[in-house]
Amino acid sequence: MAVLEEAKIVVEHDQCKGCTLCIIACPKDVIIQLSSFNTKGYHPVEYKGEGCTGCGICFYACPEPGAIIVYKKGAVVE
Amino acid sequence: MANKILKKSDSFYAVYDRKPGEDKMNTHYCPGCGHGNIHKYVAEAIDELGIQDRTIIVSPVGCSVFIYYYFDLGNIQVAHGRAPAVATALKRAHPHAIVISYQGDGDLAAIGGNNIIQAANRGEQITVVFVNNAIYGMTGGQVAPTTLVGMKSSTTPRGRAIENEGYPMKVSELIAALTAPVYVERTALWDTSSRNKAKRSIKKALKAQMEGKGFTFCEIMSPCPSGWKLTPAQSLEWMKENMGAYYKVGVLRDEIKTREPIIKEKKTVTSKEIQEVLGTDIKPSEHYPTNPEDRYKNPSMKFAGFGGQGVLSLGTMLANAAMEQGFNSSWIPSYGPEMRGGTAYCFVNISDKEIGSPTVSNPDLLVAFNRPSLEKFEGDVKPGGIIMYDSTIIDVQPTRDDVEILAVPATGIAESLGNIRCANTVMAGVYLAKTKIMAKEALIQTLPKAIKKKHLIDLNIHALEKGFEFIENN
Amino acid sequence: MAKEFIKGNEAVVKGAILAGCQSFYGYPITPASEIAEAAAKFFPSVGRVFLQAESEIAAIQMTYGAAAAGERTMTASSSPGVSLKQEGISYAASSELPVVLVDIMRAGPGLGSIAPEQSDYNQIVKGGGHGNYKLIVLAPNSAQEMCNLTMLAFELADKYRAVACVLADGYIGQMMEPVEYPEPVEMKIDKSSWALHATKETRKNLINSIYLEPAELEAHNQNLQNKFAEIEKNEIRFDEYRTDDAEYIGVAYGIMSRIMRSVVDTAREKGIKLGLVRPISLFPFPKAKLRSYRENIKGYFVTELSNGQMVDDVRLAVGELKPVRLYTRMGGYVPSIEEVFEGFEKAFIK
Repeated sequence: MAVLEEAKIVVEHDQCKGCTLCIIACPKDVIIQLSSFNTKGYHPVEYKGEGCTGCGICFYACPEPGAIIVYKKGAVVE
Repeated sequence: MANKILKKSDSFYAVYDRKPGEDKMNTHYCPGCGHGNIHKYVAEAIDELGIQDRTIIVSPVGCSVFIYYYFDLGNIQVAHGRAPAVATALKRAHPHAIVISYQGDGDLAAIGGNNIIQAANRGEQITVVFVNNAIYGMTGGQVAPTTLVGMKSSTTPRGRAIENEGYPMKVSELIAALTAPVYVERTALWDTSSRNKAKRSIKKALKAQMEGKGFTFCEIMSPCPSGWKLTPAQSLEWMKENMGAYYKVGVLRDEIKTREPIIKEKKTVTSKEIQEVLGTDIKPSEHYPTNPEDRYKNPSMKFAGFGGQGVLSLGTMLANAAMEQGFNSSWIPSYGPEMRGGTAYCFVNISDKEIGSPTVSNPDLLVAFNRPSLEKFEGDVKPGGIIMYDSTIIDVQPTRDDVEILAVPATGIAESLGNIRCANTVMAGVYLAKTKIMAKEALIQTLPKAIKKKHLIDLNIHALEKGFEFIENN
Repeated sequence: MAKEFIKGNEAVVKGAILAGCQSFYGYPITPASEIAEAAAKFFPSVGRVFLQAESEIAAIQMTYGAAAAGERTMTASSSPGVSLKQEGISYAASSELPVVLVDIMRAGPGLGSIAPEQSDYNQIVKGGGHGNYKLIVLAPNSAQEMCNLTMLAFELADKYRAVACVLADGYIGQMMEPVEYPEPVEMKIDKSSWALHATKETRKNLINSIYLEPAELEAHNQNLQNKFAEIEKNEIRFDEYRTDDAEYIGVAYGIMSRIMRSVVDTAREKGIKLGLVRPISLFPFPKAKLRSYRENIKGYFVTELSNGQMVDDVRLAVGELKPVRLYTRMGGYVPSIEEVFEGFEKAFIK
């Protein structure tokens, strides 16, 4: 168990269809699209690794239920 | 600390086991399709409201036909456009259920147009999530009622033309024009702010349903990049610029706060109450045996006259009384192509044997209340049978000489009693007195079943007695 | 037990309530409207749902929803309305929802007339909607059977999770006769393994008729066919009248079976050994029963108010060993005993 000191997002690459709506929506520009393919043949997106505020905008912009997980600051994780 | 982590809602299956094929983790939707967003908002609202166990979601026909792959809710998939009708019955069967009808624009606005309007107009306590992407997605991008003017689709290859397809249908405005709906809002998915409104709208509607407020309708403009032949990013811009210009976002009706809730509950009724309401727990009647001559037994009868002369009720009166005396009986009204020319008639059979055909060509008895009936049917009466006719009304006599003929001034007698409507009961009295197939008391006992207006029962008893007197005096 | 003198159409409604039917969804049409009217009168009084739907299409879909919710539910209509219901019937058959449909047949095609015909035989018995399915079809010929067979329809619909139809004609619907009522039935069937009760226990359930994989849909179809085979094995019902020594077997259902009963008596008075087999279940059809006579009789005399629809099933059942002859009327014309007897004489005697 740990309390996160920084917000972050985690992208399940194989659930991402590369639509980029999260990238368009992100106010902090912290999501990028990878040049590599996932197992479904899409270019998945990925968190840049820093700058996420945990606002959740990308989560609601993303059409896929399980593709993005947003951890806000203070979230308790395993 | 759930609100610190945004992840797949509990109202989704963790793994989509119902989905065929290898991929049990992803939806079947195209990249950038808005259905996934809307699914997430619905699922999250259900989680937050704590209604997962009692929510039933109705899958339409369209791209969202497979929402039962994803939602861990009670699931039902239905015919194209019919979701509101099915949802209506689900809710009425289970008033505690939260029922969501999830529909696209082809499903809801085209083939199901009447179903949605009528469910809305009845104020069904359901929530409709209406996904408007201005096109048929699943069948391959054909024109929908919501397709914009000039917009190309596979069945408007030159673009939607007003002259051919008319104007795009503003469904929320149609729904909001009705009185019953309590909440109607149009939202969109083109940017963060609009998505937030869409999300709030769904939760608001579901909450209103929980409170028993009435019919709630959430239209959401949603991108269809494949159908529009645009990238997901282009789709958002196109949608905002074009759909947004024609379909205005906003609340079209919100009476949630002021509307009185209607809480429906199922009541249980005992078997005894059911029998009382249906009148199926029937008390046996008194028996009044008679001893008619053989020639009068088991008669088949025809009663004919103008509508309003009590022809049909004379039949039911006798048939009903006969049943209570233990006979088989049947009654059938003039029905079908012979019902014309203002003449009403019915057939009655009374028999101590099982009754075959309820109609007969040659009745044992004809009772005629007007001249056309006498002239039309007198030839049919079986030789040796009886013709009774209302001699107050009919100014001719039957021509038959092989039947018994009784000229009864039934209407005249009824008038002397103060109501010509009881002429039929006078005839009943005459017939029973003549044939003795039943006792007077047998008919009196049954009168309340044949005569709905209680204050007329005494009058009809008098009429019956007058009929008996007629035979005694002639 | 005392009886009530009542119209067949109303006996349907009382039978339905006694059978524990919890909801009625209908749409008015002559000559079936008394069913909706009686349902409107009685259903709410016993805490049950009555709703006049916006169309026949919607009414059958509402029964789809109600049956999915675990209710005993019904709809009623007459021929043109039943044509509209075929969509929902096909869906309910595929989703294996126990729905009871009552069809009070009138004359067609098109708007036709309100007078009786039996020309829905094919659209009900053969399945008027798309796909490989059957309805359980019961054909009453009296007000008493309108009550009893409606109750049986609910029982069989639940037993087999199938659509059951009470198929009557305008005459049987409009005719009044004595009816003796059974006791109300307590519906105790546990449907929680498949129905949607809006509970935690039933949240996993899915009512569905779409199967995109051919193998899966074929298996689903095969299961349905197995069920219909089971119904054919268990649920054949018929009635016989003076068939013991018969040289001719009449075959008729509904109002024509009542007329044929009198025709049999007429024939017997003239020394002609005519008997009557009345199919009560039209699906399953009493094929073996009809076939059982063929060695010992001179022929089959089929009467129906149509262009000859049931006769196809008789012919399939009995083969070509003995003649199968047909007397039909159409257009709402109900023949007299004499006319049918004459038809019989023309077919076999003269």
